[in-house]
Amino acid sequence: MTLDAAPPLSPEGAVGRASRVAPRRRLNRLTLAKYRFCYLGLLPIFAIYWVLRLEPIGRTFYLSFHEWHLIRPNRPWVGLTNYRELIDDPNFLMALWNTSLFAVAVVVLSVVVGLALSVLLAGNLRFTAAYQAIYFLPVITPMVPMAIAWKWIFDARIGILNYILSWLGVTPIGWLTSPQVAIWSIIIMSVWKVLGYNMILLLVGLKNIPSTLYEAASIDGAFGWRMFWRITLPLLRPILLFVIVVSTINAYNVFTQVYVMTQGTQATMGVQLRVLVSDIYQNGFQFFKMGYASAEAVVLTLIILALTLVQFRVIRVDER
Amino acid sequence: MPLATHAVLMAGCAAMLFPYLWMLGTSFKPPDETMLWPPRVLPIHWTWANYPKAMDAAPFGVYFLNSLIVSVSATLMVIATSLLAGFIFGKYQFPGKKLLFIVILASAMFPFETYMIPLYLTMKTFGWINTYQGIAAPFLIMSFGIFLMRQHIAHGIPDELVDAARVDGASELRIFLRVIVPLCSSAIGAIGILAFIQAWSAFIWPLLMSTNRNMFLMEIGLSTFQSRYTTEYHLLCAASVLNTLPMVIAFVILRRRIMESVALTGLKG
Repeated sequence: MTLDAAPPLSPEGAVGRASRVAPRRRLNRLTLAKYRFCYLGLLPIFAIYWVLRLEPIGRTFYLSFHEWHLIRPNRPWVGLTNYRELIDDPNFLMALWNTSLFAVAVVVLSVVVGLALSVLLAGNLRFTAAYQAIYFLPVITPMVPMAIAWKWIFDARIGILNYILSWLGVTPIGWLTSPQVAIWSIIIMSVWKVLGYNMILLLVGLKNIPSTLYEAASIDGAFGWRMFWRITLPLLRPILLFVIVVSTINAYNVFTQVYVMTQGTQATMGVQLRVLVSDIYQNGFQFFKMGYASAEAVVLTLIILALTLVQFRVIRVDER
Repeated sequence: MPLATHAVLMAGCAAMLFPYLWMLGTSFKPPDETMLWPPRVLPIHWTWANYPKAMDAAPFGVYFLNSLIVSVSATLMVIATSLLAGFIFGKYQFPGKKLLFIVILASAMFPFETYMIPLYLTMKTFGWINTYQGIAAPFLIMSFGIFLMRQHIAHGIPDELVDAARVDGASELRIFLRVIVPLCSSAIGAIGILAFIQAWSAFIWPLLMSTNRNMFLMEIGLSTFQSRYTTEYHLLCAASVLNTLPMVIAFVILRRRIMESVALTGLKG
């Protein structure tokens, strides 16, 4: 990470050099005052970070090695037992599979369509601001009401999606009745929700590509697709990778839309569509198996850390 | 060619907007019209009645206030911590600086869902279940806010300005409050928008933290409403419209600022 840069010729350094001339005691007092301000200022912030983030992150690992029932006072160390049980737990494996499928599908669809959108909208098209606003709107709209709206669009009996498909001669599909189909319905809904975010980030990336490159390429006789493959895509690579990783991480944490859209309605039972976070939620907060749920959370953490590291690796390779 | 592009984009817009239209149309339907086949987007007989009925069925006004209290306090807190930490990391050299900054950034790599169990246990020992501070807790800090503010202060505010104030005898705290903070309004706006959206759209944490219905946020209130009124789709849609409205209105007013702020999150890449 090169974010924290201490520029070699900062004025701070200049002051440090001047110290040899200035009386030593006064500078020390000034430096000490600065240090005091820094540490005192950061103290409350790090106290909050510790309580709300750092300690819980550490304790997740700690809990995962215990049989930690919320109600029972006896919470013995059990080593890797929770993890061993996870490997044989069909619910967990199902959740892992569903979440991975969900993540791959949402990322592929939302990145490909988002990229296409951003390319269309980056040019001097008319109404481009209006288009961008409309595609972006779902990103900031709350999830629960939209999940409810989609749930009824997907309704098997009276949903408008099946009605529209019936014009094409498609027989009614139970979009939310079986887990195998429901996951795709939720994928569609989620792509709709995150598309605008990817579009906005990729638009920034596209605008940072110098137009002189395109001019030069067009003089060389490159157009359309050739230009896209040769200039746009390579130069967009860092931001594209960022978008892919952020979307993947977000997709692995999917919960709200699954929670809302798989609850039962009057016509249908709720679908048992398991994803990792809903499994953590169920084990931890409905069965109170906090240790077991923590082990699941650790697995989720490791997946996400691995994805993040891959991103840093690939970007670093890029910069060489 | 542009015409074809517009056709594609407009078809896409129609798909993007359709769920809103569907929700809005249904919220004005009388109950029997929600079960019609073929389904209709717009009602035959328009009625306002669903809105007062939905408001009666659940205290959506209270939920709205709860959401507002939690989101505004989270936003203020994120702005305050980002300003202070951004200033310290942006304008000072001190032992351990690099390490502390890396800790802040690295902690953001862990998604909230992965450590919510111990955090919940902590909140329980604090007795913060069903309290505003408990519900707002994870949204009070934002590493990206500190990162963004540090960038802004380090590169956007000249060191000479800070040094001049120091020569005038201003204390570090005074420099921070009088010199730095007034020059950060654009970054404050961006960070504020992101912090607000983050808290406003939270779901799983307030779901865990509020068992008392008077402490529900809007999202939780609506989700609970849904499980109780599964068949009354006209009421559900009216409640959903009410739930969506604040954000959509904010977006209409602040569209540019919101989109720019969200685009900033790509800076990390």
